[in-house]
Amino acid sequence: MEKNRVIEGCKVLIIGGSAGSLEVLMELLPKLTFVPDFAIVLVLHRKSAEDSTLEELISYKTEIPLMDVEDKTPLRSGFIYIAPSDYHLLFETNDVLSLDTSEKINYSRPSIDVSFESAAAVYGPALVGILLSGANSDGTEGLLAIKRAGGSIVVQMPESAQMPFMPMNAIENTSPHYVLDVKGILNFILHINS
Amino acid sequence: MINDRELEVLINEVFEYHGFDFSGYSRASLKRRVERLYQLDGFNNLGEMLTKIRLEPTYFKRMIEEITVNVTEMFRDPLFYKVLREEIIPVLATKPFIRLWHAGCASGEEVYSMAILLQEANLLQKSLIYATDINPVVLDTAKKGIFPLQMMKQYSENYRISGGKKDFSDYYTANYGFAKFSSDLSVKMVFSEHNLVSDGSFNEFDIILCRNVLIYFDKELQERAFTLFDNSLAKLGYLALGTKETLKFSSLQKRFKQLNKDKIWKKTE
Repeated sequence: MEKNRVIEGCKVLIIGGSAGSLEVLMELLPKLTFVPDFAIVLVLHRKSAEDSTLEELISYKTEIPLMDVEDKTPLRSGFIYIAPSDYHLLFETNDVLSLDTSEKINYSRPSIDVSFESAAAVYGPALVGILLSGANSDGTEGLLAIKRAGGSIVVQMPESAQMPFMPMNAIENTSPHYVLDVKGILNFILHINS
Repeated sequence: MINDRELEVLINEVFEYHGFDFSGYSRASLKRRVERLYQLDGFNNLGEMLTKIRLEPTYFKRMIEEITVNVTEMFRDPLFYKVLREEIIPVLATKPFIRLWHAGCASGEEVYSMAILLQEANLLQKSLIYATDINPVVLDTAKKGIFPLQMMKQYSENYRISGGKKDFSDYYTANYGFAKFSSDLSVKMVFSEHNLVSDGSFNEFDIILCRNVLIYFDKELQERAFTLFDNSLAKLGYLALGTKETLKFSSLQKRFKQLNKDKIWKKTE
Protein backbone atom coordinates (compact mmCIF):
# COMPACT_ATOMS: atom_id res chain seq x y z
CA MET A 1 0.00 0.00 0.00
CA GLU A 2 1.39 3.41 -0.91
CA LYS A 3 1.29 5.92 1.89
CA ASN A 4 0.62 9.62 1.46
CA ARG A 5 -0.42 9.36 -2.13
CA VAL A 6 -1.55 12.87 -2.95
CA ILE A 7 -4.83 12.96 -4.81
CA GLU A 8 -4.93 15.95 -7.05
CA GLY A 9 -6.54 16.70 -10.38
CA CYS A 10 -9.47 14.45 -9.52
CA LYS A 11 -12.45 15.08 -11.75
CA VAL A 12 -14.63 12.18 -10.72
CA LEU A 13 -14.96 10.22 -7.50
CA ILE A 14 -16.81 6.99 -8.16
CA ILE A 15 -18.04 4.87 -5.27
CA GLY A 16 -19.35 1.34 -5.65
CA GLY A 17 -21.06 -0.82 -3.07
CA SER A 18 -23.55 -3.54 -2.39
CA ALA A 19 -25.04 -4.95 0.81
CA GLY A 20 -23.93 -2.87 3.79
CA SER A 21 -22.70 0.06 1.70
CA LEU A 22 -25.70 2.31 2.19
CA GLU A 23 -24.99 2.50 5.92
CA VAL A 24 -21.46 3.67 5.14
CA LEU A 25 -22.76 6.37 2.81
CA MET A 26 -25.29 7.48 5.39
CA GLU A 27 -22.37 8.08 7.71
CA LEU A 28 -20.12 9.74 5.13
CA LEU A 29 -22.49 11.96 3.23
CA PRO A 30 -23.68 14.25 6.05
CA LYS A 31 -20.04 15.18 6.62
CA LEU A 32 -19.43 16.14 3.02
CA THR A 33 -20.85 19.58 2.47
CA PHE A 34 -19.23 20.94 -0.62
CA VAL A 35 -17.16 19.43 -3.43
CA PRO A 36 -16.20 22.27 -5.75
CA ASP A 37 -13.98 20.56 -8.24
CA PHE A 38 -15.10 17.00 -8.77
CA ALA A 39 -18.28 15.00 -9.30
CA ILE A 40 -19.38 12.11 -7.09
CA VAL A 41 -20.94 9.09 -8.79
CA LEU A 42 -22.55 6.31 -6.76
CA VAL A 43 -23.05 2.85 -8.21
CA LEU A 44 -24.96 0.72 -5.75
CA HIS A 45 -26.61 -2.62 -6.23
CA ARG A 46 -30.29 -1.93 -5.90
CA LYS A 47 -33.50 -3.79 -6.42
CA SER A 48 -36.72 -2.98 -8.17
CA ALA A 49 -37.04 -0.62 -11.08
CA GLU A 50 -39.07 2.55 -10.54
CA ASP A 51 -37.75 2.79 -7.03
CA SER A 52 -36.57 6.31 -6.26
CA THR A 53 -36.26 5.88 -2.49
CA LEU A 54 -32.47 5.54 -2.72
CA GLU A 55 -32.26 8.96 -4.35
CA GLU A 56 -34.55 10.44 -1.69
CA LEU A 57 -32.64 8.83 1.14
CA ILE A 58 -29.34 10.15 -0.13
CA SER A 59 -30.57 13.65 -0.87
CA TYR A 60 -31.79 13.93 2.76
CA LYS A 61 -28.35 13.06 4.00
CA THR A 62 -26.20 15.55 2.17
CA GLU A 63 -25.97 19.19 1.26
CA ILE A 64 -24.29 18.35 -2.02
CA PRO A 65 -26.99 18.61 -4.68
CA LEU A 66 -28.16 15.40 -6.26
CA MET A 67 -28.53 15.42 -10.04
CA ASP A 68 -31.21 13.19 -11.49
CA VAL A 69 -29.59 10.74 -13.93
CA GLU A 70 -31.27 10.33 -17.29
CA ASP A 71 -29.68 9.29 -20.55
CA LYS A 72 -27.13 11.92 -21.75
CA THR A 73 -27.16 13.86 -18.49
CA PRO A 74 -24.06 16.11 -18.39
CA LEU A 75 -21.58 15.21 -15.62
CA ARG A 76 -20.56 18.31 -13.67
CA SER A 77 -18.38 19.01 -10.65
CA GLY A 78 -20.12 19.71 -7.40
CA PHE A 79 -22.97 17.24 -7.84
CA ILE A 80 -23.81 13.70 -6.81
CA TYR A 81 -25.08 11.23 -9.42
CA ILE A 82 -26.63 7.84 -8.69
CA ALA A 83 -26.72 5.00 -11.23
CA PRO A 84 -30.44 4.32 -11.85
CA SER A 85 -31.84 0.87 -11.16
CA ASP A 86 -31.94 -1.62 -14.01
CA TYR A 87 -29.43 0.30 -16.18
CA HIS A 88 -25.67 0.20 -16.49
CA LEU A 89 -24.20 3.67 -16.11
CA LEU A 90 -21.56 4.61 -18.69
CA PHE A 91 -19.31 7.60 -19.32
CA GLU A 92 -18.92 9.31 -22.69
CA THR A 93 -15.77 11.24 -23.63
CA ASN A 94 -17.61 14.57 -23.70
CA ASP A 95 -18.52 14.53 -19.97
CA VAL A 96 -21.94 13.05 -20.58
CA LEU A 97 -23.48 10.04 -18.85
CA SER A 98 -25.21 7.39 -20.89
CA LEU A 99 -27.22 4.32 -20.00
CA ASP A 100 -27.31 0.76 -21.24
CA THR A 101 -29.73 -2.09 -20.53
CA SER A 102 -27.50 -4.89 -21.76
CA GLU A 103 -27.09 -8.15 -19.83
CA LYS A 104 -26.46 -8.10 -16.10
CA ILE A 105 -22.80 -8.36 -15.09
CA ASN A 106 -22.03 -10.17 -11.82
CA TYR A 107 -25.80 -10.65 -11.51
CA SER A 108 -26.11 -6.90 -11.31
CA ARG A 109 -27.48 -3.99 -13.32
CA PRO A 110 -26.14 -1.47 -12.55
CA SER A 111 -22.83 -3.28 -12.31
CA ILE A 112 -19.96 -1.61 -10.49
CA ASP A 113 -17.38 -3.17 -12.84
CA VAL A 114 -19.14 -1.75 -15.89
CA SER A 115 -19.24 1.81 -14.55
CA PHE A 116 -15.72 1.71 -13.10
CA GLU A 117 -14.26 0.39 -16.38
CA SER A 118 -16.13 2.94 -18.44
CA ALA A 119 -15.09 5.83 -16.15
CA ALA A 120 -11.48 4.62 -16.17
CA ALA A 121 -11.39 4.70 -19.98
CA VAL A 122 -12.56 8.33 -20.02
CA TYR A 123 -11.00 9.87 -16.91
CA GLY A 124 -7.78 7.84 -16.42
CA PRO A 125 -5.61 9.46 -13.72
CA ALA A 126 -8.35 11.99 -12.91
CA LEU A 127 -10.51 9.22 -11.44
CA VAL A 128 -10.69 7.98 -7.88
CA GLY A 129 -12.57 4.74 -7.19
CA ILE A 130 -13.77 3.55 -3.80
CA LEU A 131 -15.26 0.12 -3.19
CA LEU A 132 -17.40 -0.46 -0.10
CA SER A 133 -19.11 -3.35 1.64
CA GLY A 134 -20.80 -6.11 -0.33
CA ALA A 135 -21.31 -9.84 -0.71
CA ASN A 136 -20.51 -10.17 -4.41
CA SER A 137 -17.34 -9.95 -6.48
CA ASP A 138 -18.50 -6.96 -8.52
CA GLY A 139 -16.08 -4.03 -8.42
CA THR A 140 -12.76 -5.89 -8.47
CA GLU A 141 -12.31 -5.82 -12.26
CA GLY A 142 -13.41 -2.20 -12.27
CA LEU A 143 -10.84 -1.20 -9.65
CA LEU A 144 -8.15 -2.96 -11.68
CA ALA A 145 -9.18 -0.94 -14.74
CA ILE A 146 -9.00 2.31 -12.78
CA LYS A 147 -5.56 1.41 -11.45
CA ARG A 148 -4.27 0.45 -14.90
CA ALA A 149 -5.51 3.76 -16.28
CA GLY A 150 -3.56 5.65 -13.63
CA GLY A 151 -6.38 6.43 -11.21
CA SER A 152 -6.37 5.89 -7.47
CA ILE A 153 -8.24 3.07 -5.77
CA VAL A 154 -9.47 2.71 -2.23
CA VAL A 155 -11.16 -0.26 -0.59
CA GLN A 156 -13.12 -0.31 2.64
CA MET A 157 -11.31 -2.21 5.37
CA PRO A 158 -13.10 -5.59 5.48
CA GLU A 159 -13.20 -5.57 9.30
CA SER A 160 -15.25 -2.36 9.14
CA ALA A 161 -17.62 -3.69 6.47
CA GLN A 162 -20.97 -5.30 7.21
CA MET A 163 -20.32 -7.66 4.29
CA PRO A 164 -16.56 -8.15 3.96
CA PHE A 165 -16.53 -10.36 0.84
CA MET A 166 -16.53 -7.62 -1.79
CA PRO A 167 -13.73 -5.54 -0.25
CA MET A 168 -11.73 -8.67 0.60
CA ASN A 169 -11.95 -9.97 -2.96
CA ALA A 170 -10.83 -6.56 -4.24
CA ILE A 171 -7.89 -6.34 -1.83
CA GLU A 172 -6.66 -9.80 -2.80
CA ASN A 173 -6.80 -9.04 -6.51
CA THR A 174 -5.95 -5.38 -6.92
CA SER A 175 -3.48 -4.26 -4.17
CA PRO A 176 -5.35 -1.01 -3.65
CA HIS A 177 -3.55 2.25 -2.88
CA TYR A 178 -5.49 2.51 0.36
CA VAL A 179 -7.50 0.21 2.60
CA LEU A 180 -9.47 2.40 5.01
CA ASP A 181 -12.20 2.21 7.59
CA VAL A 182 -15.19 4.55 7.34
CA LYS A 183 -13.48 7.38 9.18
CA GLY A 184 -10.40 6.94 7.02
CA ILE A 185 -12.51 7.04 3.87
CA LEU A 186 -14.10 10.29 5.02
CA ASN A 187 -10.69 11.83 5.67
CA PHE A 188 -9.48 10.61 2.32
CA ILE A 189 -12.41 12.21 0.47
CA LEU A 190 -12.03 15.47 2.38
CA HIS A 191 -8.43 15.71 1.19
CA ILE A 192 -9.07 15.11 -2.51
CA ASN A 193 -7.72 18.04 -4.55
CA SER A 194 -6.63 19.96 -1.47
CA MET B 1 -9.07 -4.92 -25.96
CA ILE B 2 -10.04 -2.35 -28.52
CA ASN B 3 -8.98 1.29 -28.32
CA ASP B 4 -10.98 4.32 -29.41
CA ARG B 5 -9.17 4.63 -32.74
CA GLU B 6 -9.74 1.00 -33.61
CA LEU B 7 -13.42 1.40 -32.83
CA GLU B 8 -13.61 4.24 -35.36
CA VAL B 9 -11.86 2.05 -37.95
CA LEU B 10 -14.43 -0.66 -37.39
CA ILE B 11 -17.32 1.79 -37.68
CA ASN B 12 -15.91 3.07 -41.00
CA GLU B 13 -15.36 -0.42 -42.41
CA VAL B 14 -18.83 -1.60 -41.47
CA PHE B 15 -20.30 1.40 -43.24
CA GLU B 16 -18.10 1.01 -46.29
CA TYR B 17 -18.68 -2.71 -46.76
CA HIS B 18 -22.19 -3.17 -45.50
CA GLY B 19 -23.82 0.27 -45.48
CA PHE B 20 -24.70 0.08 -41.78
CA ASP B 21 -23.84 3.36 -40.10
CA PHE B 22 -22.92 3.10 -36.43
CA SER B 23 -21.19 6.48 -36.33
CA GLY B 24 -24.05 8.01 -34.38
CA TYR B 25 -24.05 5.33 -31.69
CA SER B 26 -22.97 6.21 -28.15
CA ARG B 27 -19.35 5.17 -27.97
CA ALA B 28 -19.24 3.96 -24.36
CA SER B 29 -21.86 1.29 -24.96
CA LEU B 30 -20.79 0.40 -28.51
CA LYS B 31 -17.22 -0.12 -27.36
CA ARG B 32 -18.35 -2.51 -24.64
CA ARG B 33 -20.46 -4.47 -27.13
CA VAL B 34 -17.63 -4.72 -29.67
CA GLU B 35 -15.11 -5.72 -26.99
CA ARG B 36 -17.50 -8.35 -25.71
CA LEU B 37 -17.83 -9.88 -29.18
CA TYR B 38 -14.08 -9.63 -29.78
CA GLN B 39 -13.44 -11.64 -26.62
CA LEU B 40 -16.34 -14.03 -27.14
CA ASP B 41 -15.07 -15.00 -30.58
CA GLY B 42 -11.41 -15.15 -29.51
CA PHE B 43 -9.85 -12.68 -31.94
CA ASN B 44 -6.15 -11.88 -31.52
CA ASN B 45 -6.25 -8.49 -33.15
CA LEU B 46 -8.66 -6.08 -34.76
CA GLY B 47 -7.43 -6.95 -38.27
CA GLU B 48 -8.68 -10.51 -37.86
CA MET B 49 -12.08 -9.29 -36.76
CA LEU B 50 -12.34 -6.78 -39.61
CA THR B 51 -11.47 -9.40 -42.23
CA LYS B 52 -14.21 -11.66 -40.95
CA ILE B 53 -16.72 -8.82 -40.90
CA ARG B 54 -15.75 -7.81 -44.44
CA LEU B 55 -15.70 -11.23 -46.05
CA GLU B 56 -18.28 -13.33 -44.24
CA PRO B 57 -21.88 -12.14 -44.55
CA THR B 58 -23.02 -14.62 -41.88
CA TYR B 59 -20.45 -13.23 -39.49
CA PHE B 60 -21.57 -9.69 -40.21
CA LYS B 61 -25.10 -10.79 -39.36
CA ARG B 62 -23.82 -12.21 -36.10
CA MET B 63 -22.05 -8.95 -35.37
CA ILE B 64 -25.23 -6.92 -35.81
CA GLU B 65 -27.07 -9.38 -33.62
CA GLU B 66 -24.48 -9.26 -30.87
CA ILE B 67 -23.59 -5.58 -30.72
CA THR B 68 -27.16 -4.35 -30.67
CA VAL B 69 -28.76 -4.75 -27.25
CA ASN B 70 -31.89 -6.88 -27.35
CA VAL B 71 -32.71 -7.13 -23.67
CA THR B 72 -36.45 -6.68 -23.20
CA GLU B 73 -39.36 -8.02 -21.19
CA MET B 74 -43.15 -8.12 -21.16
CA PHE B 75 -44.82 -5.23 -19.37
CA ARG B 76 -41.37 -3.81 -18.66
CA ASP B 77 -41.86 -1.03 -16.08
CA PRO B 78 -45.40 -2.16 -15.20
CA LEU B 79 -46.45 1.27 -14.00
CA PHE B 80 -45.78 2.64 -17.48
CA TYR B 81 -48.22 0.04 -18.82
CA LYS B 82 -50.71 1.04 -16.15
CA VAL B 83 -50.63 4.60 -17.49
CA LEU B 84 -51.04 3.26 -21.04
CA ARG B 85 -53.98 1.15 -19.92
CA GLU B 86 -55.74 3.79 -17.87
CA GLU B 87 -54.91 7.06 -19.59
CA ILE B 88 -53.73 6.56 -23.14
CA ILE B 89 -55.80 3.67 -24.44
CA PRO B 90 -59.14 5.32 -23.54
CA VAL B 91 -58.10 8.28 -25.71
CA LEU B 92 -56.99 6.03 -28.58
CA ALA B 93 -60.31 4.21 -28.28
CA THR B 94 -62.13 7.26 -29.66
CA LYS B 95 -60.40 6.86 -33.04
CA PRO B 96 -61.97 4.85 -35.86
CA PHE B 97 -58.68 3.07 -36.45
CA ILE B 98 -55.54 2.89 -34.28
CA ARG B 99 -52.05 2.76 -35.74
CA LEU B 100 -49.15 1.96 -33.43
CA TRP B 101 -45.42 1.71 -34.04
CA HIS B 102 -42.93 -0.08 -31.80
CA ALA B 103 -39.59 1.24 -33.06
CA GLY B 104 -36.70 -1.02 -32.04
CA CYS B 105 -38.97 -3.80 -30.79
CA ALA B 106 -36.21 -6.43 -30.35
CA SER B 107 -37.80 -9.86 -29.75
CA GLY B 108 -41.25 -8.31 -29.39
CA GLU B 109 -42.14 -8.79 -25.71
CA GLU B 110 -43.45 -5.24 -25.44
CA VAL B 111 -45.40 -5.60 -28.68
CA TYR B 112 -47.30 -8.58 -27.26
CA SER B 113 -47.85 -6.63 -24.03
CA MET B 114 -49.45 -3.83 -26.03
CA ALA B 115 -51.61 -6.29 -27.96
CA ILE B 116 -52.87 -7.68 -24.65
CA LEU B 117 -53.82 -4.19 -23.46
CA LEU B 118 -55.65 -3.51 -26.74
CA GLN B 119 -57.45 -6.82 -26.64
CA GLU B 120 -58.60 -6.27 -23.07
CA ALA B 121 -59.99 -2.88 -24.14
CA ASN B 122 -61.73 -4.54 -27.12
CA LEU B 123 -59.67 -2.43 -29.50
CA LEU B 124 -57.32 -4.94 -31.09
CA GLN B 125 -59.66 -5.53 -34.03
CA LYS B 126 -59.41 -1.91 -35.15
CA SER B 127 -55.67 -1.61 -34.45
CA LEU B 128 -52.59 -2.20 -36.52
CA ILE B 129 -49.28 -2.59 -34.68
CA TYR B 130 -46.12 -2.03 -36.70
CA ALA B 131 -43.06 -3.46 -35.00
CA THR B 132 -39.64 -2.77 -36.44
CA ASP B 133 -36.02 -3.48 -35.61
CA ILE B 134 -32.64 -3.26 -37.31
CA ASN B 135 -31.95 -6.90 -36.45
CA PRO B 136 -33.78 -9.56 -38.55
CA VAL B 137 -32.93 -12.38 -36.14
CA VAL B 138 -34.85 -10.88 -33.23
CA LEU B 139 -37.74 -10.02 -35.57
CA ASP B 140 -38.09 -13.72 -36.37
CA THR B 141 -38.48 -14.47 -32.67
CA ALA B 142 -40.99 -11.65 -32.37
CA LYS B 143 -43.07 -13.00 -35.27
CA LYS B 144 -43.29 -16.40 -33.62
CA GLY B 145 -44.35 -15.00 -30.26
CA ILE B 146 -42.46 -17.73 -28.42
CA PHE B 147 -40.69 -16.70 -25.24
CA PRO B 148 -38.89 -18.61 -22.46
CA LEU B 149 -41.36 -20.16 -20.03
CA GLN B 150 -39.12 -19.37 -17.07
CA MET B 151 -39.85 -15.65 -17.58
CA MET B 152 -43.62 -16.06 -17.25
CA LYS B 153 -43.67 -15.76 -13.49
CA GLN B 154 -42.14 -12.31 -13.64
CA TYR B 155 -44.21 -11.28 -16.68
CA SER B 156 -47.38 -12.38 -14.98
CA GLU B 157 -46.45 -10.28 -11.95
CA ASN B 158 -45.67 -7.30 -14.22
CA TYR B 159 -49.02 -7.81 -15.95
CA ARG B 160 -50.82 -7.77 -12.61
CA ILE B 161 -49.06 -4.57 -11.49
CA SER B 162 -50.00 -2.97 -14.81
CA GLY B 163 -53.65 -3.47 -13.85
CA GLY B 164 -54.22 -6.80 -15.58
CA LYS B 165 -57.14 -8.71 -14.09
CA LYS B 166 -57.07 -11.95 -16.07
CA ASP B 167 -55.12 -15.11 -15.57
CA PHE B 168 -51.96 -14.30 -17.54
CA SER B 169 -51.44 -17.94 -18.50
CA ASP B 170 -54.62 -17.76 -20.63
CA TYR B 171 -52.59 -15.81 -23.18
CA TYR B 172 -50.07 -18.55 -23.93
CA THR B 173 -49.61 -22.26 -24.31
CA ALA B 174 -46.69 -23.78 -22.42
CA ASN B 175 -44.63 -26.35 -24.24
CA TYR B 176 -41.07 -27.69 -23.79
CA GLY B 177 -39.88 -24.74 -21.71
CA PHE B 178 -41.42 -22.15 -23.98
CA ALA B 179 -44.58 -20.09 -23.89
CA LYS B 180 -46.27 -19.56 -27.25
CA PHE B 181 -48.53 -16.55 -27.30
CA SER B 182 -51.94 -16.87 -28.91
CA SER B 183 -52.14 -15.95 -32.59
CA ASP B 184 -55.21 -13.84 -31.73
CA LEU B 185 -52.67 -11.37 -30.41
CA SER B 186 -50.28 -11.39 -33.35
CA VAL B 187 -52.90 -11.19 -36.10
CA LYS B 188 -52.75 -7.39 -36.01
CA MET B 189 -48.96 -7.14 -35.94
CA VAL B 190 -46.76 -6.25 -38.90
CA PHE B 191 -43.05 -6.94 -38.44
CA SER B 192 -40.45 -5.32 -40.62
CA GLU B 193 -36.78 -4.38 -40.71
CA HIS B 194 -36.27 -0.67 -40.21
CA ASN B 195 -33.11 1.22 -39.33
CA LEU B 196 -33.65 4.41 -37.33
CA VAL B 197 -30.27 5.65 -38.57
CA SER B 198 -31.03 5.58 -42.27
CA ASP B 199 -34.68 4.75 -42.99
CA GLY B 200 -37.49 7.25 -43.18
CA SER B 201 -41.07 7.63 -42.17
CA PHE B 202 -43.43 5.00 -43.58
CA ASN B 203 -46.83 5.81 -42.13
CA GLU B 204 -48.69 8.08 -39.76
CA PHE B 205 -49.22 6.78 -36.23
CA ASP B 206 -51.35 7.55 -33.22
CA ILE B 207 -48.66 6.34 -30.86
CA ILE B 208 -44.99 5.52 -31.27
CA LEU B 209 -43.21 3.49 -28.60
CA CYS B 210 -39.44 3.56 -28.65
CA ARG B 211 -38.22 2.44 -25.28
CA ASN B 212 -34.58 1.96 -24.32
CA VAL B 213 -33.43 2.24 -27.92
CA LEU B 214 -32.32 5.88 -28.10
CA ILE B 215 -29.96 5.42 -25.13
CA TYR B 216 -27.60 3.75 -27.63
CA PHE B 217 -27.54 6.85 -29.85
CA ASP B 218 -25.58 10.06 -29.43
CA LYS B 219 -27.47 13.34 -29.24
CA GLU B 220 -27.34 14.07 -33.00
CA LEU B 221 -28.70 10.68 -33.92
CA GLN B 222 -31.33 10.99 -31.20
CA GLU B 223 -32.37 14.26 -32.82
CA ARG B 224 -32.72 12.50 -36.16
CA ALA B 225 -34.88 9.82 -34.58
CA PHE B 226 -37.05 12.41 -32.82
CA THR B 227 -37.55 14.23 -36.13
CA LEU B 228 -38.52 10.96 -37.77
CA PHE B 229 -41.02 10.27 -34.97
CA ASP B 230 -42.39 13.80 -35.19
CA ASN B 231 -42.90 13.32 -38.95
CA SER B 232 -44.56 9.98 -38.34
CA LEU B 233 -47.00 11.07 -35.64
CA ALA B 234 -50.52 12.29 -36.25
CA LYS B 235 -51.53 15.52 -34.55
CA LEU B 236 -52.13 14.79 -30.84
CA GLY B 237 -50.28 11.50 -31.25
CA TYR B 238 -48.17 10.09 -28.42
CA LEU B 239 -44.48 9.33 -28.14
CA ALA B 240 -43.46 6.90 -25.39
CA LEU B 241 -39.82 6.56 -24.30
CA GLY B 242 -37.93 4.46 -21.74
CA THR B 243 -37.93 5.32 -18.02
CA LYS B 244 -34.63 7.18 -18.20
CA GLU B 245 -34.97 8.68 -21.66
CA THR B 246 -36.06 12.22 -22.29
CA LEU B 247 -37.06 14.68 -24.98
CA LYS B 248 -35.78 17.53 -22.84
CA PHE B 249 -32.39 17.84 -24.55
CA SER B 250 -34.06 18.04 -27.98
CA SER B 251 -35.16 21.08 -29.96
CA LEU B 252 -38.41 19.24 -30.74
CA GLN B 253 -39.40 19.38 -27.10
CA LYS B 254 -41.50 22.49 -27.74
CA ARG B 255 -43.73 20.62 -30.16
CA PHE B 256 -44.64 18.11 -27.45
CA LYS B 257 -46.17 18.17 -24.00
CA GLN B 258 -45.10 15.66 -21.37
CA LEU B 259 -47.86 13.90 -19.45
CA ASN B 260 -47.19 14.22 -15.73
CA LYS B 261 -43.95 12.52 -14.81
CA ASP B 262 -44.39 9.57 -17.12
CA LYS B 263 -42.21 9.22 -20.17
CA ILE B 264 -45.07 9.88 -22.57
CA TRP B 265 -45.26 13.03 -24.67
CA LYS B 266 -48.23 14.28 -26.64
CA LYS B 267 -47.64 16.04 -29.93
CA THR B 268 -49.32 19.40 -29.64
CA GLU B 269 -48.63 20.94 -33.05
